[in-house]
This record gives sequence, C-alpha cells and structure tokens, in this order.
Amino acid sequence: MSQFTSRRGLLFGTAAVSAGALLTGCTSNETKDDQASNEQPAAADTPGKAVTIGFAGPQADHGWLNAINQNAKSRAERYEDVTLEITEGSNDTAQQIGQIETLINKKVDVLVVLPADGKALTQVGLKAMRAGIPVVNLDRIFNSPQAYRCWIGGDNYGMGLNAGHYIGEQLKDKDDARVIELAGLDNLELTKQRTQGFDDALKNYPNIKKVARQAAEFTVESGQAKMAQLLQAQSNFDALWNHDDDQGVGALRAIEQAGRDDFLMVGGAGALSAFQAIKKGDGVLKATVLYPPTMAASAIDLARALGQGKGVGGLAEFEIPASLTLYSAVVDKDNVDQYMPTGFK
Amino acid sequence: MTQPVSPPRGADKVTPVDEPPPWRALVFRADVRTLSLLGVLAALILIGGFTKPDEFLDTRNLQLVLTQASVIGVVTVGMTFVITSGGIDLSVGAIVALASVWATTVATQEYGFAGILFTAVIVGVGCGLVNGLLIAYGGMVPFIATLAMLASARGLALQITDGSTQVVSVDAILDLGERDAYVLGIPPLVLVFALVTIIGWLVLNRTTFGRRTVAVGGNAEAARLAGIDVRRQRLYLYLLSGLCCGIAAFLLIVLSGSGQNTNGNLYELDAIAAAIIGGTLLTGGRGTITGSVLGVLIFTTITNIFALNNLQSDVQQIAKGAIIVAAVLVQRRTASTT
Repeated sequence: MSQFTSRRGLLFGTAAVSAGALLTGCTSNETKDDQASNEQPAAADTPGKAVTIGFAGPQADHGWLNAINQNAKSRAERYEDVTLEITEGSNDTAQQIGQIETLINKKVDVLVVLPADGKALTQVGLKAMRAGIPVVNLDRIFNSPQAYRCWIGGDNYGMGLNAGHYIGEQLKDKDDARVIELAGLDNLELTKQRTQGFDDALKNYPNIKKVARQAAEFTVESGQAKMAQLLQAQSNFDALWNHDDDQGVGALRAIEQAGRDDFLMVGGAGALSAFQAIKKGDGVLKATVLYPPTMAASAIDLARALGQGKGVGGLAEFEIPASLTLYSAVVDKDNVDQYMPTGFK
Repeated sequence: MTQPVSPPRGADKVTPVDEPPPWRALVFRADVRTLSLLGVLAALILIGGFTKPDEFLDTRNLQLVLTQASVIGVVTVGMTFVITSGGIDLSVGAIVALASVWATTVATQEYGFAGILFTAVIVGVGCGLVNGLLIAYGGMVPFIATLAMLASARGLALQITDGSTQVVSVDAILDLGERDAYVLGIPPLVLVFALVTIIGWLVLNRTTFGRRTVAVGGNAEAARLAGIDVRRQRLYLYLLSGLCCGIAAFLLIVLSGSGQNTNGNLYELDAIAAAIIGGTLLTGGRGTITGSVLGVLIFTTITNIFALNNLQSDVQQIAKGAIIVAAVLVQRRTASTT
C-alpha cells in the first residue's frame, strides 16, 4: 500500500480493496475445475499478461463523478500488469467520441467507457467492438448490446425502491403518513427511474402518500433553493427522499435554516458527508441509498480479466458476465462504519 | 488616452443625431415600464395568493423569496451597468463559482469570516479586472472576452475543488444565514441586496459615472469626442460587474454553507433576462436598476409559486420563457403608445 501517499489515495485505495474483497470473497471452498486451471479470479494480484486499458470518463464536475475517475485510477495502479490510458474527462459528446477514437487508434486492449450520454456514444462503442477491442460499458448504458462486451453499473430503479422500502418500514405504523421527494435533474433518464422505483415501493404501504416532488439539479445551490421552497410548501410531512447527497448538502442547509426536524430524511449516492451525518445521528438524515463509485474499480477488474481471458472469481463461469447491476444498499447508523471508506467528497 | 480632441465642435456635430429622446420623455417612459413590471408582479402575487393563500402570503415565504432573489439580484445590478454601456458579461456565473470555491478552500477558511469575504470579493474583482483589460485595452469584443473568462473560470473552479463540495465550517458565516441573524425580520442577505440596489441606482442615475456609462452605451464615439475616457470607463464597468459577482458569491456561501464549482450555473442568462425584461436596452444607452430588480423578483416569485403548487421543472421552464416574451411585448406596447 506504499504507493498511496495522500489521504484521499488511501481512502480510495481502501475502497478499491474492499470492492475487490467483494468480488473474490467466499470462494475458498470451491473445487477447481482442471480445465480452468489457467483461469484466475479477476481481482487476484498475481500478475498476468500485460493489458492496456483505455479509460474514457466524464468530466469530474460532481463529487460522484470525481470518485469514479479516482477509483479507476487507483485500481489500475494496483496491478503491475495494467497500463491505464486515461483521457481528459468530458461531458461533450463530440469530444468524447474523438477521445475514444484516439484510444481505438492507439490499439488499447480493452476499453472502459462511462459515456456522458450512453445513446449518443453507441456508435463509437460499436466501432471499438468491430475493431476487436472489447468494451466495458460503465454505468450509462449504450443503446445496443452489440456496442459492449460487458456492462457494469448502478441500479437507479433499485435506489428508489430501497429508499421507498426503508421509509415505508419506518412509517408503517403511522396513519396518513406524508412523504416528499427532492429529485435530481429531471431531464436525465436515471431521475425518472429513481422516482419510479420510489413510487413502486410506496405502493406497498397504503398508509403513506407522496404529497410533493420537486426536481433540483444535483448541485448544492439547487438543493438549497428547492428544499427551502418544499419546506415552505409543506408545513408537515414525515419523510423526505433526496436523490443525491451533493444536493443534499444544500437541502440539509435549508432544513437547518428553516429550523425543521420533524421528519426523517434519506439520501442517495453515498457521499462522505452524508455518512458522517448518519453516524452522528443528531440530524434529520437517517440513511442513504448507495450508488457506489467503486463500480469504476470493478470495471477495471473486469477489463483486466477480459484482456487476460479470465473469468470472475467466485462464479462458475469461464467468461465474465455480460452485465452486472450493483446493489443499492441502504446505509444507516447500523452499518455506516462498513461503508465509510467508500464515501466520496 | 492622451489623444487630442476638440470637444465642442465634435460633440455639437454628433450628439443631436444620436442622443436619446429628451429627458422628460425618458423619465415618463421609464415610469410606464416600471408600472407594467409592477403589474406583472402584482398579478403573480394574486395568483400565488389565490392558489396557496396560507403558504404564499406568509412572512416566512416573503423572506424566502427575497433571500433567493438576493444572490442573482446582486449579479444583475452589475450586469445592468455593463449592458447599459453596450457591453455584455457572460462570465458572471463562472466568476461566482470561482469566487465561491476559492473563498471556501480550507486555507481561506482558517482566516474565518473576514478571510472568506475578502477572498470572494478579491477573486470577483480580479476576474472583472481581466475582463475589463481585455475589452478596454486589448480591444476584444465583450462577448468573446467574457466567454473566454466563463470557460477558464469554470475550469479553474473545477481544478480547485476536484469536483467535490467544500463545506464551510466557519460559524460566523453559517450564523449569518440563520434566522437569528435577521434584522427586524429581514435576512442579512436581503439587506445586502437592498444596499447594492440603492447604491447601484444612485450611481447610475445621480453620478457622473452613471451618465458616462449611459453615454458610452448610447454612442461610444460621441462619448469619446465629448471627452469621456471610454476605455477607462469600460474597464471600471467590468470591474464593477466582477465586484458584484464577488459579493454574490459571498452571499451564496452564506446561503448554502458551501462552495461548489457548479455554483452560479446559468446566472449569465438569468441576469441578462432580468435586465432585458426590466427595460435595459441590449444595444446599450439605456439602463434601469429598478427594472432589473423587478425582473429578478418576477422570476423568483414565479419559481416560488410553482414550487408551492408542486409543478414540475419542465412546466416552470416553459412558463419562464413565456413570461420573458410577454413582459417584453407588454413593454413594447406601452412604450409605443406613449
């Protein structure tokens, strides 16, 4: 671990290690197939064939996206046999296409792409696959399954579902409970999925009614502004689900300014500040549903496995799966310590 | 600027052609405009009062609307000066972002309240200075110079933060945003906004600086011939806009308790829209602080009413567009019939 000099590096390093532990965990009692004797778990540290991984990520203008880039970098540094060709993050579709084409021309072995817009980058994904470069599509999914070899990403619907169930369980004994929702950017597909999951979960609890929903913009400023309005509009409610912990910093500020503490709040994503508030436990924020940025570290694992022709440890498969959907765990006071190292700033 | 000029003859030749209508007409027209804006605002208040009487007509809500108008309001006052002079400042949102993240770095926070305030203002003024020098002495078109500032200030803000949110831990700053800090029920942020508005109004309408600003916007060549140092005036105007952005950044830090590189998103468009519906001419030569502030209040009130009625953001955006069109059309009608 000596290569981690900064505190942040240490933090993400630990995050990456625990993600690796998840991948390789609980495999010791498995009998090994003789024919698969050259197969190694993806996350094993034993060096294999040298692999060059091209990584095209988003512009890190948001805590979570920054954590994605950091996770990918620090994970790649752990492997002696991995060279990471990383492009400048960009939210501009045309620019990102250009960057990926450059990586294709450089003939990297595997590509990991978190597209700014999955649909818009499908063509360049197809181009890479046709050029014989397997693509690991990270989080924002391409339009065509032909454009990637493997998809790994978060579960937006599951975030909503788990937030809804958590709130539902907390309020199940309360008659006529009122719930409000502070959503993220409404022009993103993921926001609709999060809301859909939330609504579906609440259907299990007939005593609960969602009385208001406002969309913010994933920023502290918008979170503060929209939450201040919501608090003014709803003089009493029992629970709030906020889609994103970054805008949650602003939302918590508005709640504090309004002097309100008569409800419970559930966040989303898994920011360090949210974990710390949950651990402290003296505010309205009681839990957050994860959208783990460690997925970028896992994407590097998968890319390495693809490059070396390995499977995933802990599974019977020879090949890595075509898709992996991460679980949106609920982090509350009981398990927050376990997740603390994965919190992003 | 030590060019020889012959003010009397040159000014005599040029000004009668290009000068705006006589003073009396100007004052009267401004009043009609202000009244039409007040009418729009009154209509909105009626709508708010009818749809959500309990929540809308509440002291807390009034405080909320004014607080939310404060940050963008201060920016708009600076913008009004720039547009009046025939310029444009597209970098205001980015400057607010840069000033807010720079002022909230851990290093700055060590110096407490004064450190954060000072840094925010200095960064704002510094960016304004660069804009002003590029435009006034570098001969760059304001649109391009401030566009370049927009890009680089956002980039620098991103670099400073690494995309993460910088939470403020200075109590003196946080307390200023709490309800205990209200003076006679007025939030300190709103007081700052009011002060900036009053000073802005006085400067634009009652000082030589204000008259020069209008003159430069009306006809820069005529202003130069009349002995105004146009370049220096332009420099001061972008400095002023930067200063307003620095103040706004500080207000935003107080309001949100943090600095983030996404702060001030699209402020440039909001400020320009507010100034334009307020009656400031985009071509320069006429500006009204009262109108701009009313424009800001109209936008903030719409947002408030929509949120209280739980309408979604798509509807809000459509309505905002419709209001801009309606307000400008109403103004044209009232302006042409008088």
